Amino acid sequence: MVRIRLFEEKVGELFLGGELPGFVHLYIGEEAIATGLCSNLKKDDYLTSTHRGHGHCIAKGAEIKPMMAEIFGKITGYCKGKGGSMHIADFSVGMLGANGVVGGGINLAVGAALASKLKKSGQVAVTFFGDGGANRGTVHEGMNMAAIWKLPVIFVCEFNQYASTTPSSYGTSVPNVSSRAQGYGMPSAIVDGNDVFAVHEASKKALEYVRSGEGPYMLEFKTYRIKGHFVGDPEMYRSKQEVLDHFESDDPLKNFAKTVLTKKWLSQKELDAIFAEVTSEVATAVSDARTDPYPADSELFNDFYVEGGVR
Amino acid sequence: MRQISFCEATLEAMSEEMERDERVFVMGEDIARQGGIFGQFKGLPQKFGVERVLDTPISETAIVGAAVGAALAGMRPVADMHFADFIGVCMDEVFNQMAKVRFMFGGQCTVPMVLRAPDGIIRSAAAQHSQSVEAWFMHMPGVKVVVPSNPADAKGLLKSAIRSDDPVLFFEHKVLFPMKGPVPEGEHIVPIGKANLARKGKDVTIVSYSLMMHRALEAAEKLAAEGIQAECIDLRTISPLDKETIFESVRKTKRLVIVHEAVKQGGVGAEISALVAEEMIDWLDAPIRRIGAPFVPIPFSPALEKLVKISSDDIAKAAKEICR
Repeated sequence: MVRIRLFEEKVGELFLGGELPGFVHLYIGEEAIATGLCSNLKKDDYLTSTHRGHGHCIAKGAEIKPMMAEIFGKITGYCKGKGGSMHIADFSVGMLGANGVVGGGINLAVGAALASKLKKSGQVAVTFFGDGGANRGTVHEGMNMAAIWKLPVIFVCEFNQYASTTPSSYGTSVPNVSSRAQGYGMPSAIVDGNDVFAVHEASKKALEYVRSGEGPYMLEFKTYRIKGHFVGDPEMYRSKQEVLDHFESDDPLKNFAKTVLTKKWLSQKELDAIFAEVTSEVATAVSDARTDPYPADSELFNDFYVEGGVR
Repeated sequence: MRQISFCEATLEAMSEEMERDERVFVMGEDIARQGGIFGQFKGLPQKFGVERVLDTPISETAIVGAAVGAALAGMRPVADMHFADFIGVCMDEVFNQMAKVRFMFGGQCTVPMVLRAPDGIIRSAAAQHSQSVEAWFMHMPGVKVVVPSNPADAKGLLKSAIRSDDPVLFFEHKVLFPMKGPVPEGEHIVPIGKANLARKGKDVTIVSYSLMMHRALEAAEKLAAEGIQAECIDLRTISPLDKETIFESVRKTKRLVIVHEAVKQGGVGAEISALVAEEMIDWLDAPIRRIGAPFVPIPFSPALEKLVKISSDDIAKAAKEICR
C-alpha cells in the first residue's frame, strides 16, 4: 500500500515536471483495494486492470523498476517502452495488462477464467473496473457469460465516484453498482474500500466461493478518487474542499496507520522505516529509468507478428 | 481426389486440429446445439464434448474478449462471428485488444486465435447480413486476414490459421459453403501469406479472392474464347499481402484488373492498385481497373441486389477494355 502511494506520488511529480511522455492516471486514495484483494491471490491467478492500473500491478507482485522504466518509455520497461502507463503488464505474475479502453479488460478476465476451467488448473481471474466502467456493455456480457458457465472470476468495482469527470450520482442508475449482480444470479458484497483489512476479509470470502466452482462473484468497494482523472486534470467538476475532506477523513493509508498503531501491530518507528525504505526504492527506480536507454529504432517491428508479418 | 464441400472442408480442419491440440476449442452462437447456422460445426460437440464446443449467449464483445483472454492464458480459441457484419458489435475487442496486446505488452504474450466470419451476399439477406468487410482489417496492424475461395484452400488455410500464433480473421463466403471441390485427406496445409496462381496467361492479370475468384476464372474462360489469355491470381490472404506474386504477373502481362465483392471505394483493390502504381507503374501498358460494389448499402429487393453483384461479364468487359 505504501509502495503504491509513494510510487504514484512520484509518478505525478515527474509528470508535472514534464519528464514523462503520454499521460498518467493515479491510483492515490484507492490503494487499499488492490492491496487487500491481491494479498489473497496466488502468483498464477490472473488479473486484468484498467487505465488506472499501477496499483493493481504493484499489488499483484510486479516490480516497480520495470514499471517506472515503462512509464518513461524505456527499453528496460515491462513492455520495452511500447505500452506505457496505460498498458503495463507482467505476465510472469499473472498480470494480463492494464487497458486503455474503459471496460476493455473485463472479458479478457472472463476468457482467462474460461481457460482455467478448461485446463482444470484451479486459477481464478480478477478484473477491476470503476463505477464508470460498470456502465460498459462489456460488463453485462461478461457477467452473464461468466454466470452461465460458472467461471472462476471476481468482478471488482472500485466505486471511486467519478467516471472521468462525471459524478456517479449522475451517470450511474443505482447507488450501488453491485445491486446489478443480482440480475446475473451472482452473489456480491459492498465493502469499505478504504479499509484494507475489510477488503482483505471480503476478498478472501469471495475467492473461497469462486475457487469452489460455484461461479463468479462481484465485489463493490466504496472509495474516492483523491486525484483528478489524469495528472493535470483541472478538476472543474468538484470543489477542492470535497477532495480535502475525503483525504483528511478517509485516506486508506491513514486508516491503515491508525489501525496498526492502535492495535500495536506496528510502532510508529516501524511504520516510518517502511516509508523510508520504499522512498529509497522508488528513488532508485526513477534514477535507473532516467538513465536507461530508449528502445532502438530496430525495436519498432519486434514483438509484433510472431511469424511472417506485414512490413 | 475425393470431392467434399467447403463447409465439410472447414469441419475437417476443425476436427483434425482439435484432435491434434487439446488447447484448441471453439465458441460462438448456435454452434453446439445447432451445428452452426451453415452446418459448419456439425458433429463437433459429439466428438469433442460441449466443453470444447461452446454455445455462447448473443454477446459478441464477450465472445471475442473471452477468446483473447483465453488465448493470453494459454488456449487456442476459434470464435465464430455468426455473420461477418456482426464484427461491428465487438470492434473494440478485435482492434484494440486482439490486434494490439502482443505488441503493446512488449511481446510478453501471443494471441493464437481465429475469428471465423461468414460474409458476402446471399439470398437477399439485406444490408446487415450481406457485407464483405475484409478491407477494414487490411488497414489494421496486428491481425492476419484470410479469404479462401475453394474447399481445399479452406481446409489448408483454416489449419494454418489455427496453428498460427498470431490472431487471424477467417472470412468465408456464405455462398461457398455448399460448393464442392477436391480436398486432400489428412494433413493439408496452405500457408498464410502466399497467393495462388490459379490460371496462367500472358495478356492481363486478374487478381481476386473468395467467391469472386470463381467469377474471375469464368471471365478468363470467356476471354480465352476471344483470344485473350488472362492470368488469374487467388490472393488467399489479404494481410499479409503477397505483393511479389502480383508484381511478377503484372511484369509479364502489363495489365491489371482487381475484383472483389466488397465496396470498391477504399477496398482491397485500392491498396493493390496503389502498390502497383507506386512500385511498378512503368511496367503498365494500360490503366489499372478495379471492380467492386458501388458505394451503397446492400439492398434487400432482388431487383436492386443484383445491381451491386459482380458478374463474370463485368470482369471480362473490363479486361477487354484494357487489352485493346
